[in-house]
Amino acid sequence: MINAILIFNNHGKPRLIRFYQYFAEELQQQIIRETFHLVSKRDDNVCNFLEGGSLIGGSDYKLIYRHYATLYFVFCVDSSESELGILDLIQVFVETLDKCFENVCELDLIFHMDKVHYILQEVVMGGMVLETNMNEIVAQVELQNRMEKSEGGLSAAPARAVSAVKNMNLPEMPRNINIGDLNIKVPSLSPF
Amino acid sequence: MKELMVRAVYCEMLGYEASFSYIHAIKLAQQGTALDKRVGYLAVSLFLNESHELLLLLVNTVLKDLQSTNLIEVCMALTVVGQVFPKDMIPAILPMVEEKLNHPKEIIRRKAVLALYKFYLIAPNQVQHIHSKFRKALCDKDPGVMSASLHIYLEMVTKPESYKDLVVSFVTILKQVVGGKLPIDFNYHSVPAPWLQIQLLRILSLLGKNDRSTSEMMYEVLDESLRRAEMNHNITYAILFECVKTIYTIHPKAELLEKAAKCIGNFVLSPKINLKYLGLKALTYVVQQDANLALQHQMTIIECLDHADLIIKRETLELLFRITNGQNVKVIVEKLLEFLRHSKDDYRNISKGVYLPINECTYAPDNSWFIRTMNTVFLLVGDQMQPDIPNSFLRLLSEGFESAEEDQQLRLLAVDSYVSLLQEQPARLPQRFLQVISWVLGEYSSVKEGLEPATVLRLLAPLLDLRHCSSETKSWVLAAMTKLSAGPACLSVAQELAERHGGSLDTTLRQRLHELQHLASDGELLRRVLPCSDGLEPLEVDSTLSFLDGFVSEALAAGAAPYKPPHQRQEELAQEKALSVEPYGLSLPLSLSSSSIAGRLSPTVLSMSSGLSGNSTELSPKGGSALRLEGVTRVWGKEGYLAKAALKPEEAAKTEVPCPLSVLQEGGSAPRTPVVSLPAPAPGPSLQAEREKQQLASCLFMGLGSQGAAGPCLVRLNRSPPSAMDNLLCSSPLDSGSTPSPADSAPSPADSAPSPADSATSPADPAPHLPHDLPANNRPCDAQEDLTEDTDTSETVVEGNSVAVVDPYDPEPLCLSPHLPEELCGLPRSEIRPLCRDASLVLSACCVRTDHSSLLVVFVSNASDSAARRFALQMTSGDLEQRRIKEYPPFNGSSWSPGGSRPLSVSTEEYGRLWLASSNDIKQNLALLSQEPDPLRATLHRLRDRLQLNVVDIIASEGIVACQLLQGPPCLMHCRLNAGCLAVWLRSSLPELPDCLLYHCQRALAQH
Repeated sequence: MINAILIFNNHGKPRLIRFYQYFAEELQQQIIRETFHLVSKRDDNVCNFLEGGSLIGGSDYKLIYRHYATLYFVFCVDSSESELGILDLIQVFVETLDKCFENVCELDLIFHMDKVHYILQEVVMGGMVLETNMNEIVAQVELQNRMEKSEGGLSAAPARAVSAVKNMNLPEMPRNINIGDLNIKVPSLSPF
Repeated sequence: MKELMVRAVYCEMLGYEASFSYIHAIKLAQQGTALDKRVGYLAVSLFLNESHELLLLLVNTVLKDLQSTNLIEVCMALTVVGQVFPKDMIPAILPMVEEKLNHPKEIIRRKAVLALYKFYLIAPNQVQHIHSKFRKALCDKDPGVMSASLHIYLEMVTKPESYKDLVVSFVTILKQVVGGKLPIDFNYHSVPAPWLQIQLLRILSLLGKNDRSTSEMMYEVLDESLRRAEMNHNITYAILFECVKTIYTIHPKAELLEKAAKCIGNFVLSPKINLKYLGLKALTYVVQQDANLALQHQMTIIECLDHADLIIKRETLELLFRITNGQNVKVIVEKLLEFLRHSKDDYRNISKGVYLPINECTYAPDNSWFIRTMNTVFLLVGDQMQPDIPNSFLRLLSEGFESAEEDQQLRLLAVDSYVSLLQEQPARLPQRFLQVISWVLGEYSSVKEGLEPATVLRLLAPLLDLRHCSSETKSWVLAAMTKLSAGPACLSVAQELAERHGGSLDTTLRQRLHELQHLASDGELLRRVLPCSDGLEPLEVDSTLSFLDGFVSEALAAGAAPYKPPHQRQEELAQEKALSVEPYGLSLPLSLSSSSIAGRLSPTVLSMSSGLSGNSTELSPKGGSALRLEGVTRVWGKEGYLAKAALKPEEAAKTEVPCPLSVLQEGGSAPRTPVVSLPAPAPGPSLQAEREKQQLASCLFMGLGSQGAAGPCLVRLNRSPPSAMDNLLCSSPLDSGSTPSPADSAPSPADSAPSPADSATSPADPAPHLPHDLPANNRPCDAQEDLTEDTDTSETVVEGNSVAVVDPYDPEPLCLSPHLPEELCGLPRSEIRPLCRDASLVLSACCVRTDHSSLLVVFVSNASDSAARRFALQMTSGDLEQRRIKEYPPFNGSSWSPGGSRPLSVSTEEYGRLWLASSNDIKQNLALLSQEPDPLRATLHRLRDRLQLNVVDIIASEGIVACQLLQGPPCLMHCRLNAGCLAVWLRSSLPELPDCLLYHCQRALAQH
């Protein structure tokens, strides 16, 4: 099973972290630091596997990482995962990001962190690989994005009315749910 | 709100506390529109962990969303269930999730399967009943759902017995996948569903392990996968690697092995570094079965040793470690030490440290080298070392080997080197090393003639002044000094010390000093407390502290308050809301007397026992076991001994890899293999380098080929306890077969007696858990064999579980059906299960429950028509002992069986009190035996009969039931009739116990 997915940049700033096993906040940061310390020292021409980080799990665990331009993608897995398989999974994940963001860069990860998480949720769920087919992942994410738009459209009107009534005594609560940078392309009705 | 939540997530990621936003995340998931929900759920799954209390607020939301008609909402709910969900609330949503398995949309089905998998992981007992649904998911028409269900199976086939019937399905699926029957969408770089293939291969390897008939079904498809995976992309290598591993795990087939070996060759020789790494890994895995392969690639391995990448280097060393034998041990250990010296970073403590000592004790060529190497290891690794290494080292010193002479020599060498080390600069030695030094000097400095105890004391004394010395180390040092303190010279040192450190703030230290002073001044007492015995007979520790009874009664008579166990005290405190000072009444004056029992054990025992001394009137079993565990196990206790003793032969079996290499010339010249194509000799320095490498190779791989010619270096090997590799091995009948007997893990050693046990019986054997080695036992029934009993083993068994061995000398009854001795007849027991039989012997066993223990009764009967006069019965109880360790002090839910519990007779009032004292509870509805006239009574009595419970009381529609673990905590059950089913509420002080008992109740009621 995958225990943690860490993405950080060349300076060790975390860009996305996702743990599938509980660690206290402190420990999480420590793990990130240690992992960065281990990974950043390695040249590009050595192997992509690392054993023996002392914080997560001990000897049964390994780190599998890839380095893309300014970002490190690190998966921490136990012995039940195939090394090369995970290495290619990272590739799939990155390619998917690329498709969804059109030329993904570090800034995309910062400003659309929630979206990256949604994409990741479609790839890995609870530490298990859920889907490895890029088209399928993109389709799922698209489906959800479309829902976003329909929220603002006709079908969501009753729901919005209800929530408006609910929030009546909270005037400061924003009614309009379409905030800023969520990119919406073509308005269309929800299929259901 | 949504935007804010995303920012809060961002803050948390950067390590800033944002716990104030947790509740808002939950609210967002609850109230918001679908869009808000999505953010809310995401934030919840990132912020909270499974045991967070706020998570309970989410349950209702999840429930609502699961029922929603909106696909996306259902998806989100399932996702969050798969990531975090409180364990106690699983029953609430379980039916809903199960329902989703039939959902028309495949994505929903797939997520539902994974959510169920999550449940299986955190609470296996509660999803017991839906295994059939997993099977259905496996046959789902959508490959995505099927592959999701493979996660579950990969987890479950670690206990392969019950899933053998699925092998055919797995093989068929793999065949279809490999054959490209899946839709084109599943291709990744034109390889059909690679991740699916990898997973299937893993499952197959688990299923086919040690099972010939199952393995035979797989050969064809494995061959096919090997053939189809053309080398063109990373992912095909992944499949190939998995294939190779599977082939080497399952029952071997020559053709496939050959192909797999070729594949490994491709890996190792590949210029890509990742593949090289995997190749080395595969070699490490394979080399136990086929040392030839390592020989073929020796030049590559040598190159990898000098590789720039530390990881590769480490992997290579691991490989080298596997091929260590008596002849190459010096070179390999030298390499390992070099690695330790050069790698300054975090890897160093990981695995090499563990391997070294085992490595050396098995093969070390001579004593002085051994001591020297161990010193270097201690110095280098020091405090990062796992604690069991110094422990096993000390054990080795104290237990000794075959010859007493050699022991003495070894001890002498150790003492010598340590004295000189202390004379140089003790300040720089690591803590653990200091501990080892002080123990050895304490025990064995008398071995060296002319070394006055006082001199040693003077050497040890400065250690107490070191600033970086931890108080644990100081305790070790003082304990050593106490052992040595005899004679007037010592007294002066002791007094000097007492003056200097008498004011220390550390109470343990002060107590120790006090003891030292006393014992040094009173030689008579010293001899009585610390008898100088030669052999290291394990000391009997009276864990019940019964010798204190007299003292206790005196104290009680003098008006001291009786001892109360902590929970009772707490309760009273809570009731009175006032401070109670009672328990402190009698603790102090006991310390000295209690330390005398611990005698020559370890300092930890001393401190433990004095800590326990308040524990008087009630001989609490908890205190007793804690004493045994914490103190004694660490180094010298019985359990410590045995665990290691059981391990060692296996290790030995693993590391000695005989290799039938016929090409080798005699006389230990360099083993050149014909397969390695040496590069054309280049002139000049490169040739030189090449030669050096070859020399190194010949050193490293020496002995790998020359089997049988073990020579004098292997003397040490004999030291490993003879039990395991001997022929007679009776393993427990209760064993689930999860631990393979040591003989399985290695091809039978070349120099062992020609015992055909393995090959003769195991493949055809119908029941996989039968002890394979048994048949070797009956070849000469009439031969003169001694009744040998492994003393070590039987001792612990009796100590822990008290297994009674029905003596084979018992007159065999004429009818030859097993019958129990009289004293056991009346007791409840399991049915007598036949274990195995052959032409001359029948072995069967059953389990008898007494009040205090479970007895394992093994029947041996003679089935041949000749009269058997003598039997040799040897019990090696590695498995039994393992089970005991697992079961008792740390209660292990999965291995527990109802045989481990006893009815607990309490009155209703006591029950009430116990109920309040137990904190872990679980509620569930059970099926009722509704056809009976009095369903409640009938149900409870069924439970009583099946599970050894005590029905305390039944009042109207409620009943209370109690039981307890063998020498363990009680578990209480409250049952109430409720709408046609039985609402039970279980409580215990052990968190796992109620869950476990509940599961057994369910089972007991399910089987009519």
